[in-house]
Amino acid sequence: MSTTVSRSDTDGGPPGGAGRRRPSLKTVIVWTAVAIVGAVAWTVLALARGETVSALWILFAALSSYAIAYRFYAKFIARRVLQVDDRRATPAERLHNGIDFDVTDRRVLFGHHFAAIAGAGPLVGPVLAAQMGYLPGTIWIIVGVIFAGAVQDMTVLFFSMRRNGKSLGQMVREEIGIVGGIAALIAVFAIMIIILAVLALIVVNALAESPWGVFSIALTIPIALFMGVYLRTLRPGRVLEATAIGVVLLLAAVIGGGLIDDTGLGEALTLSKEWLVIALVVYGFVASVLPVWLLLTPRDYLSTFMKIGVIVLLAVGLLLARPVLQADAVSEFAREGTGPVFAGSLFPFVFITIACGALSGFHALISSGTTPKMVAKESQVRLIGYGGMLMESFVAISALIAAVVIDQGLYFAMNAPAGVTGGTAESAAAYVNGLGFDTTAQDLAAASAAIQEPSLVSRTGGAPTLAVGIANILSQAFGSGMAAFWYHFAIMFEALFILTAVDAGTRVGRFMLQDTIGNVWKRFGDLSWRPGNIMASAVVVALWGYILYVGVTDPLGGVNQLFPLFGIANQLLAAIALTLVTVLLIKHGKVKYAWVTGIPLAWDLIVTMTASWQKVFSADPRVGYFAQRQRYADAQAAGELLAPAQDADQMDRIIYNSTLNGVLQAVFALLVLVVVVNAVVVIARALRARGAVPTTEEPAVPSSIVEPSGLFATPEEKRAMAEQERLVGAGTRGHGTFTEEGPSR
Amino acid sequence: MTERHATAVRSAVTRALRGVHWYLKELTGEARWDDYVRHCAEHGHQPMTRREFERRRADELERNPVSRCC
Repeated sequence: MSTTVSRSDTDGGPPGGAGRRRPSLKTVIVWTAVAIVGAVAWTVLALARGETVSALWILFAALSSYAIAYRFYAKFIARRVLQVDDRRATPAERLHNGIDFDVTDRRVLFGHHFAAIAGAGPLVGPVLAAQMGYLPGTIWIIVGVIFAGAVQDMTVLFFSMRRNGKSLGQMVREEIGIVGGIAALIAVFAIMIIILAVLALIVVNALAESPWGVFSIALTIPIALFMGVYLRTLRPGRVLEATAIGVVLLLAAVIGGGLIDDTGLGEALTLSKEWLVIALVVYGFVASVLPVWLLLTPRDYLSTFMKIGVIVLLAVGLLLARPVLQADAVSEFAREGTGPVFAGSLFPFVFITIACGALSGFHALISSGTTPKMVAKESQVRLIGYGGMLMESFVAISALIAAVVIDQGLYFAMNAPAGVTGGTAESAAAYVNGLGFDTTAQDLAAASAAIQEPSLVSRTGGAPTLAVGIANILSQAFGSGMAAFWYHFAIMFEALFILTAVDAGTRVGRFMLQDTIGNVWKRFGDLSWRPGNIMASAVVVALWGYILYVGVTDPLGGVNQLFPLFGIANQLLAAIALTLVTVLLIKHGKVKYAWVTGIPLAWDLIVTMTASWQKVFSADPRVGYFAQRQRYADAQAAGELLAPAQDADQMDRIIYNSTLNGVLQAVFALLVLVVVVNAVVVIARALRARGAVPTTEEPAVPSSIVEPSGLFATPEEKRAMAEQERLVGAGTRGHGTFTEEGPSR
Repeated sequence: MTERHATAVRSAVTRALRGVHWYLKELTGEARWDDYVRHCAEHGHQPMTRREFERRRADELERNPVSRCC
């Protein structure tokens, strides 16, 4: 790899060759109007206390803020901070092999990137954070994405693109140092395991004791297998056809699930959480060693289409139903930190609970993986990186709305762990009344009857709550009577892409493990060696399966205990990514712009380190893992049982789980600190050198591709493209998409 | 609505639908085959069968797993 001093790019021309112009009157009017709508929406949300407030204000506040951020801030980052240069060829153009390096239409790549980053995370976090009221979550999702999440995604994408699509871990090792690199590698792997376990936990909680849910999710497997065989042998390559059949079958499976309760099958499909853990672990293992064409790829098509379809459906539903906010702007739990859904005060725990949708470190793995190898023009990182993350944030906002428009008594009955609600409608109603919300056992029973579930009490994990919210909104929008269908449709849709994420994540984890161990044991690193694949898959599945089991059997409630760990882990990964891009800005001699990533990094470190500190050292047993451990260990020594434990075995389990969680928490935080300390050394060295220092950026090669940078081509871009077409002759675009021996993806 | 308006609306709808179809084919990778056939025609190669072509694409995916986020 060549080493360049990247000063040459500081004179980088503006993308598309367009210079700075005076904005037209129309532009000024349009953007003033957007700003006014946004300001009014924010004012309504901020000042309303006790009045009826329409949920649409949240939607308007979000959309106008996103528009302004994309138009002005993202453009500033692209032009001034990163100095994208469309005269430079991207790796997709330079290293074109039609396989992973492939020039891709920006709109198509946007779709690919969005499908890769957005999963169940942005749907679940906001639902749990709703216990603090609608305002903290709304502010964090919108402000967080604009100044942190989208900035991270875009800058990581840019720097990886300038380095031929190197991975996050590789860049940390080469640009920060070997110590930081190893710490980052371990952190990435460990965080991935936690994320897989928590995602699987959400599915388990959504499907336990729900025969309808189990039936429709189970059927997604044969449907995907059928599509796989269809695409392999019956009609190779006809993806749209196969997907259309798959979607129809999927809807039939959801409808069919409603009928099985009356048959003998209903009882057989009423599975306990423990059985579901076994099923998921077996599934995860088998799925990760099967060929991808058979299960993973077809399921991925289904889940991508469902994702887009449901988001559009929900947005339309919201506009038609115009629901009213039921939650307080800021609940008393935000002030006191005594909420049952997750423990801890507003700061830092709202910012931890909502990771995906505001700032998600996991995206750095995708922005430094497949996407940078497919970007056609440098300036497109704004649309794909920043724009893609705004879209995910919009999903998170929709999920938040769905959670804050349902009856708050029901919300708390569903989301408080069984240890405190007692598990029955009567005990849950009494508990919720104690919290100060109106509800009765009859109300709770009626709510579960409406969606044909045995019970909604303590259905933690966020997915069931979101499904109830979606069912409410869509029933309001499109007519009642379908609530049960919409609920199970929403559950199926969430489980579908959680399973895709579990499947793909296990595979990626297996590659990582084989690659790492391959350094010391050559044979193991050979990806085509079957026993190696099976061993590595087994290790990855065993790791997340174990944590999943720990979560499921935790008497204190797995989501309550593990979700903070998941959120902190995800944002610690973001800290690593933001550290890397800040170091790179400084190394490239752009100290004056280092605040663009430095401020979100500082904020993220304050949040994650405060949260980690509290989770490890807090003396409050509901917050600190070790204080919790101590409390139960003391009781055990005194021969007592402490609620919610019901026997000595459960006491042991709580003590063990608290220790495990506390140790994991401390290790994650330490790994990140290692990276940060290593980075500080590198930054100090770069600052002493005054100006740019060598980096691993690839030297500039002139580009011959002409493509628009934004979603829509501007008149100048259209002219430039026509000109290019005339010069090189028609039909040249797409040339070279194939190597002689094979096709591209 | 005049005849001219109707034609304009119809062509706009057709264009939109064609756009959606193009997008979905590109997103799913179905369009890669069309590109390949065009490429072969331009260069006078004999294309492989579609079955063979799709099999190779699937093998590529096997080696380059795409991560899915939370």
